[in-house]
Amino acid sequence: MDLILQQMPTVLKALNVGFLQTLKLFVATGLGAFPLGLVIAFGSMSRFKPLSLLTRFVVWVVRGTPLMIQLLIIYYFPGMVLKNNIWGSGEAGRFLASAIAFIFNYACYFSEIYRGGIQSIPKGQQEAGMVLGMTKSQIFFKVTLLQVIKRIVPPMSNEIITLVKDTALARIIALQEIIWAGQSFLKGSHGIAGAIWPLFFTAVYYLAFTGIVTLVLGRLEKRLDYFR
Amino acid sequence: MAILDVKDIRKTFGRTEVLKGISFSLDKGQVVSVIGSSGSGKTTLLRCLNFLETPDGGSIAVNGETLFDAADPATQREADIRRKRLHFGLVFQSFNLFPQYTALENVTLAGRLLAKEEPDYKARKKELFANIDGEARALLAQMGLSDRINNYPHQLSGGQQQRVAIARALALRPDILCFDEPTSALDPELTQEVLRVIRQLADRQTTMVIVTHEMAFARDVSTHVLFMDGGVVVESGPPEQVIGAPTQERTRRFLESFTRP
Repeated sequence: MDLILQQMPTVLKALNVGFLQTLKLFVATGLGAFPLGLVIAFGSMSRFKPLSLLTRFVVWVVRGTPLMIQLLIIYYFPGMVLKNNIWGSGEAGRFLASAIAFIFNYACYFSEIYRGGIQSIPKGQQEAGMVLGMTKSQIFFKVTLLQVIKRIVPPMSNEIITLVKDTALARIIALQEIIWAGQSFLKGSHGIAGAIWPLFFTAVYYLAFTGIVTLVLGRLEKRLDYFR
Repeated sequence: MAILDVKDIRKTFGRTEVLKGISFSLDKGQVVSVIGSSGSGKTTLLRCLNFLETPDGGSIAVNGETLFDAADPATQREADIRRKRLHFGLVFQSFNLFPQYTALENVTLAGRLLAKEEPDYKARKKELFANIDGEARALLAQMGLSDRINNYPHQLSGGQQQRVAIARALALRPDILCFDEPTSALDPELTQEVLRVIRQLADRQTTMVIVTHEMAFARDVSTHVLFMDGGVVVESGPPEQVIGAPTQERTRRFLESFTRP
């Protein structure tokens, strides 16, 4: 116990650095996947058959394979197979590759939630907008969107909380996120070696962060409670 | 001159011909009720008038201007349809109010969006919005909803919701106001409050096309009744004739189904 207390400041410092990278990946995925998911959702709902079939095929592949494999392929494929390592060897390249894998993967999951949300809005809402002379985009943004958001907050909350923990998968390409940082004390880092507790301790960070995310999403749900 | 002239409207869904050539015309201030059993094509006819369905044949003219002619592709441009819809208002059976907006906002939303298309929108925005707001309040008052303007749809009864929907349709000053079974989703008490409002509109010379199952109401309020069956107009004329003393056997049989217990 004394040893742990003695190691604590050093470990926390390293874990904080790792958590910052975790947080960056989380935010980048959110910023990228929220809008990209909408684009994919519209693609899969397109009346132009080739587009909707292609989109649904891509969504099937992305949802049907492990994110970990997708990370490995996106990171290593250009360098090892195409002999053109577009990512470079640094942390910045690993982050970019991770962010792209996460954004694309999560956008596919989001797109299905969006599609379900959009299709659950009664047709009459759209028709009411049409007979009132609204344009298609006015109907989407002024009538449909908020109703969709209200309906998708619970399933999206699930995905967002999963995302917090899924960022750990980026460890597989050695992104220096919090799991990587915790693990480093096993092999030896900052003068500490053979310590397993920092890796266990990372769970506290995830738990605290999902706690905050849950609170924020709960408030959003409450704010949309004013209509039905 | 007729305000509305509908000629030989035809519409087929898959292999079912739902409208087999419907024609009628309407003068300003007249009220036509369309009666008939479910599946007779009444609702499809209204949806064609509001450009929610595209007829396969026939033409629709308002104030002498041909808005739609199946034989003339120039009248079917997608880009023009939105503006053409504004000649008509439509009140739905299921109200279709926007749940995230208050009664007042439901009535003002479309007007505010249309105001953006005014050439001097930026300079006159305040004035335009104040007008829209004032008119919406007046309409809601006319509907007996002055104390409900800030309520959301889920806080209103079905009858109140339908009256908001009527105000919303009236706010854009359509030439012709259409009703698609406006009271079919309401219990008898609420039905009466909505019918009372529509009667008032008739008294004010509002041009209306009403699809309804309320025979007594149709008889009182209409200048004209169309009885539809199987996609055709079987009988049309003044309500005293069509509902009071029908000449066609099919009309008689349909009306009997209302009087039989």
